[in-house]
Amino acid sequence: MTRWAMVIDIDKCIACYSCFIACKDEFWDNDYPPYSLGIKRLDQTLIRLIKRERGKFPHVKVAYMPVFCMQCADPPCAKVAKNNAVYSRVDGVVIIDPQKAAGQRDIIEGCPYHVVSWNDEKRIPQKCTFCIHRIESGKVPRCVQACPSGAMIFGDLEDEQSEVSKLVKSGLAEPYHPEYNTKPSVYYLNLHRMTKYFIAGNVVFKDTDECAEGVEVTLMNEKTGENKTVITDSFGGFEFDGLDTDVVYRLRITYTGYAPKELSLKIERNDIYLGNIFIEKIQ
Amino acid sequence: MVMVDDAVRYTNCTKGGPVYVYVKDGKIVRVEPLELSQEDAESWVIEAKGRSFAPPRKALVASWTLSTRAKVYAPNRILYPLKRVDFNPNGARNPENRGKSAYERISWEEALDILCSEIERIIKNYGSPAILTTPSSHHSWGNVGYRFSAYHRFMAMLGATYADHNPDSWEGWFWGAMHHWGFSWRLGIPEQYDLLEDALKHCELLVFWSCDPHATLGTYAGNESVPWRFWLKELGVRMIFIDPFFNWTAMNFCDKWLAPKVGTDTALALAIAYTWIKEDTYDKDYIEKRTLGFEKWRDYILGKDDGVPKTPEWAEKICDVPAREIRALAREWARKKTMLAIGRGGMGGACRAAYGHEWARMMVLLAAMQGLGKPGRNIWGTTAGVPYNAQFYFPGYAEGGISGDATNTAAATLLSRGMTKIPVRWTVNEPQGQHVLRLLLPEAILNPPVKWRGKGFAGAYPEAQFREYKYPEDGFPTAKMFWRYGTAYISTMTETNRWVRMYRSPKLEFVVSQAIWFEGEAKFADLILPACTNFERWDIGEWASSGGYTPHLSDSTNHRIIVLQMKCIEPLGESKSDYQIFVDVAKRLGFYEKYTENGMTELDWVKRMFEVTDLSKYMTWEEFKRKGYFVVPLPKPYKPTPALRWFAEARKRDTPDTGFTGGRIMGLPDGHGLGTPSGLLEFEATTLKRFDPSDPERPPIPKYIPSWEGPESPIAEKYPLQLVSPHPRYSFFTQYDGKESWINDIPDHRRKGKDGYYYWILRIHPEDARKRGIVDGDLVKVYNDRGAVICIAEVTERIRPGVVHSYEASAVYDPIGEPGESPDRGGCINLLTPSRLMSKNASGMAPNSCMVEVSKWG
Repeated sequence: MTRWAMVIDIDKCIACYSCFIACKDEFWDNDYPPYSLGIKRLDQTLIRLIKRERGKFPHVKVAYMPVFCMQCADPPCAKVAKNNAVYSRVDGVVIIDPQKAAGQRDIIEGCPYHVVSWNDEKRIPQKCTFCIHRIESGKVPRCVQACPSGAMIFGDLEDEQSEVSKLVKSGLAEPYHPEYNTKPSVYYLNLHRMTKYFIAGNVVFKDTDECAEGVEVTLMNEKTGENKTVITDSFGGFEFDGLDTDVVYRLRITYTGYAPKELSLKIERNDIYLGNIFIEKIQ
Repeated sequence: MVMVDDAVRYTNCTKGGPVYVYVKDGKIVRVEPLELSQEDAESWVIEAKGRSFAPPRKALVASWTLSTRAKVYAPNRILYPLKRVDFNPNGARNPENRGKSAYERISWEEALDILCSEIERIIKNYGSPAILTTPSSHHSWGNVGYRFSAYHRFMAMLGATYADHNPDSWEGWFWGAMHHWGFSWRLGIPEQYDLLEDALKHCELLVFWSCDPHATLGTYAGNESVPWRFWLKELGVRMIFIDPFFNWTAMNFCDKWLAPKVGTDTALALAIAYTWIKEDTYDKDYIEKRTLGFEKWRDYILGKDDGVPKTPEWAEKICDVPAREIRALAREWARKKTMLAIGRGGMGGACRAAYGHEWARMMVLLAAMQGLGKPGRNIWGTTAGVPYNAQFYFPGYAEGGISGDATNTAAATLLSRGMTKIPVRWTVNEPQGQHVLRLLLPEAILNPPVKWRGKGFAGAYPEAQFREYKYPEDGFPTAKMFWRYGTAYISTMTETNRWVRMYRSPKLEFVVSQAIWFEGEAKFADLILPACTNFERWDIGEWASSGGYTPHLSDSTNHRIIVLQMKCIEPLGESKSDYQIFVDVAKRLGFYEKYTENGMTELDWVKRMFEVTDLSKYMTWEEFKRKGYFVVPLPKPYKPTPALRWFAEARKRDTPDTGFTGGRIMGLPDGHGLGTPSGLLEFEATTLKRFDPSDPERPPIPKYIPSWEGPESPIAEKYPLQLVSPHPRYSFFTQYDGKESWINDIPDHRRKGKDGYYYWILRIHPEDARKRGIVDGDLVKVYNDRGAVICIAEVTERIRPGVVHSYEASAVYDPIGEPGESPDRGGCINLLTPSRLMSKNASGMAPNSCMVEVSKWG
């Protein structure tokens, strides 16, 4: 048995949109019966990039994440489709039959990931097919072929030797919105860049007004008691990423000969850039 | 070509890389990146820090290359010859209606009748130099069809006046850096040989200064260098970004972002040098043995000549980067093996600004203070310098193709190998002829005379750029006819309403445009000749190779790939290849035999190029024609020769660079020394000192000089925001934008307004947006006294407050009223940028010194 899956490393996505453009090239005006019909020239894509910008000038973080049909093992779109217009293949690929799905706009609403699009020229719902027409002749999906950074990894989840199955098994690769309970076949590495928060700042020696390099900064999660420590860089900078919302964190800054500093910070769906934090020399 | 499934697979090459083109029933159905097979030459492997690094066996083409199909089948393709409806060559010409009037379809016969009778009339009445011509900066890929080739050969024979190009992507390096380290043959940009291996082995810190390789892609190399930066990150190399915009490369790699005020980077550079001098953390041995004139610069930095020490505190007041962070940067830089990342393919917006040469000069001097050329210490844009076979001869596009002109293109080698039996000279374009600088074209037409220094890509030696030129030249006619080739300038030159006014002047009696798409300047022509794309004709080219002014530029791709650019489909409509258009005109004007070398077709020329280059040593023409590409193998064993290592170690040059070194001019043994008068890296530039030692705008040592258009200028009261307009990320000049391409659906390229129109993006900081009542997605008017552009606002923390960011090079010029006098909603941001040249004696463009205001629109 084969179960096709994809793992996407958000750290490696450079927002070049090669996947998006290659997908357009594959599907615009090209039919691949019985799986799909051509999509529109403009205003319709099967891949979307979600952008997340965090922080404040001059401490900013940006990440992008390609999303498309998650090829769910339990596809909610199939449940709203009439006439068995949406079906799952034995290899896990979910197909919207272009003939049977004609006129069925409800299929779009059925997808919690909002990755089914409506072709208003052909009056059919359309989505990513994992390029099943290519897979069947031994090729990888167009987006995977086009990705220059190797951020998109495609393979068989049932094959224990495949990179995708190893990454999924390791727990590092996670589904997006697991709470939808649809059992997606698309997983993400470094998903925290889209879903979690950071606390960052710069430590400064007050007496010399110099960037405080080599300072120990510890962050404790008050809920779990977990600790993490980093050492400031040459600019006195530190950053903790991957933090949870609705949690109080205790930040402790220590450096020999200087008075330690403690801050209590609550993340409420926001990233916190503290700017300059001055530490004072003990007299 | 081969059959794959139910389609025929051809090969071709684009500005962003080589591709397979799948054709079914005479139509292109897919364009995929070229993938190497097992039979192709082996890839290199670099061993560094206990790891092995090898590139993927596929072409990491530019994303926009994959939108080729949308570009070929664009609704605004020009399919037939067109004539402006109110243009009558024998009656009323109505030049004032250019840009407004409609066009009518005419036959090729009629088009050639009009064109050739106008050419004959103008030559008879004024002489051939009254025909003015210029191509756009870039062109469809391929050595035969390129502008240095078919176009050049034709215009040489016609005897037209050529509007010379300025080095628009690296101005400051040409006008400034060249005087300190030579490299005039590279127009001021350094060699990059084997720096990837050097970086992987030795580099500890990369300082990206005004450098965004994920946007500018090492010019033509697509995404080939993307894996390299991930490798460096995995090896723990720190990366610092200095840029007013948190750029696309910073997004993945930034450890620290510094955003000095636009136009003040030189103050920051001086304070770094000050810190090194004060703390004694620079390479004194290198300064002593390999450089000249350091004391002069040191004295300026310490304030001995002007009483102003260039301290970090002094710089903080100017550039708004905290003094402590300037010191931290200087210290980390000095402590670590550091490469200054400034890239080929756009040498940074900071060099395309008022006094941009001062910034580029300082970059060279900072690198010199830390031992430029030593292991892990260099200027390396992170987009070039793979293991490279420079012995294999295959020319780049600037090596003249079929031009046969060794004076105005770099065709000498090709000619010596027998590329054409009929060499030509473009005498009007030679020193004794007539010239005009592209940047000054509107003034040259509307208000001659004009004067400037330097003829185009003047790279013979550093002094070549000092020579003064004027237009019209004594005894030569002014331009009466303009033969425009390409349509990009309204969005790529500066203060471009000037161009619109020029086009609408009766001084230009006849304007012909040779173009593929009905966009940009095409709408200002009297006659339009429809050209086809490189997918509709034969050609041959090497990926990312320009040759000429950038020797071995294809060391920016992981493999040297030479492609037979096959004719995949018939030309659309009645469009023709550029070569065929020139052939048809040459036939009428009586120089067909000479132009075509007695009837050579494009495919004949392609075969000729195959035969006279080293390709024919490795395979037969039939094999090449069947396979469609060739991967150049590396010599074994491969011996790296890192850029400038020879110089740092005072050895004879061992890199394959092409320029002059040593010899009688410098009093050094052959092959020793840089291309400066002393052969040393000169802190005080001898060439500048000899030319004009009292030029306050480009003194012999580089200085901080406040911009002539910046926040301190009086104009800032009216227009308080600084506009930066770098090269775009999702298109290449105007080549992939517009055209109803899928690129428009990329929400970081254009965004749809509520009216359904695809607007160009202006990036603005939340604070500046709030003050003006602007929210994300609003339409905004960006304006100053030079014009107005309607954009869509992206409100973002990625831009420094007080600065707005919008890419140059929109393909669409779409004024909402009178052309040249009304706001443009197409996004030609260069309507707003100043036309003032960089400095008194440096004839470069300075679009990044631009003040604007932004207000909500509609």
